[in-house]
Amino acid sequence: MELKTQIHAEDGRQELTVTRTFELPVELLFKAYTDADIVAEWMSTNVLKLENKAHGGYRFETIDPKGNKHYFNGVMHEIVPNEKITRTFQMEGTPFPVQLEFLEFESIDADNSKLTMHIVYKTAEWRDRMLQMPFAFGINMAHNRLQEIADKLK
Amino acid sequence: MELRRDVFQAIADPTRRAILTLVALQAMTPTAIAENFDSSRQTISKHIQILTECELLRQEQTGREIYYYINAKKMKEVADFIEPFRKMWDDRFNKLESIMKKHKSKN
Repeated sequence: MELKTQIHAEDGRQELTVTRTFELPVELLFKAYTDADIVAEWMSTNVLKLENKAHGGYRFETIDPKGNKHYFNGVMHEIVPNEKITRTFQMEGTPFPVQLEFLEFESIDADNSKLTMHIVYKTAEWRDRMLQMPFAFGINMAHNRLQEIADKLK
Repeated sequence: MELRRDVFQAIADPTRRAILTLVALQAMTPTAIAENFDSSRQTISKHIQILTECELLRQEQTGREIYYYINAKKMKEVADFIEPFRKMWDDRFNKLESIMKKHKSKN
């Protein structure tokens, strides 16, 4: 099946772009990022804090199948309803440095919209390491051994 | 092409994938890697050796210790590691879309 999501990542650069079109009006797409209950649902996380304003912060708590808690947080830099969110993102308790995210929401027509996420990492090497994570974890998530070890690390 | 096939054989093994997972998070010594497994140190060393021969891991000496790193270049060449990243986002966005479609019809 064709994936609707596109990733643009040039070699040796410390950034990448994720684009995706949705069969949703731009208002609903934007709401999926700013309504705490909805964020919790599609991101499969607990939303501890989500302040949709400049200088506001957010923090998510995700519980893995072993019951371990993982935290993610960031600061909102700019929020323009149905247009853009500029924010930082960091995985707590990991060596990964903070990253900067520019989210742009565009209306295509009344029922379709487009999201562009431009993510800037500390270095090109950190970007590549972040890109490798789903590969490393995802080759076979169902495999118990792999899951066990990933859990132990967290 | 011979090497390429070897690499895919290397990642076909669950223990070796688990080792890659560990090292993707942080560079590790062979001892630290082995501590995460029930298998013997010798078995794990063999797996590390295979991964190193396929250039999926690279080693660097720091003082008296050898650390293993993920070889990003090789990973990119052989496995196109962007694809799993894309798949992860695509799955997430599919979920967002279906949740919001339901949300839309409710209102």
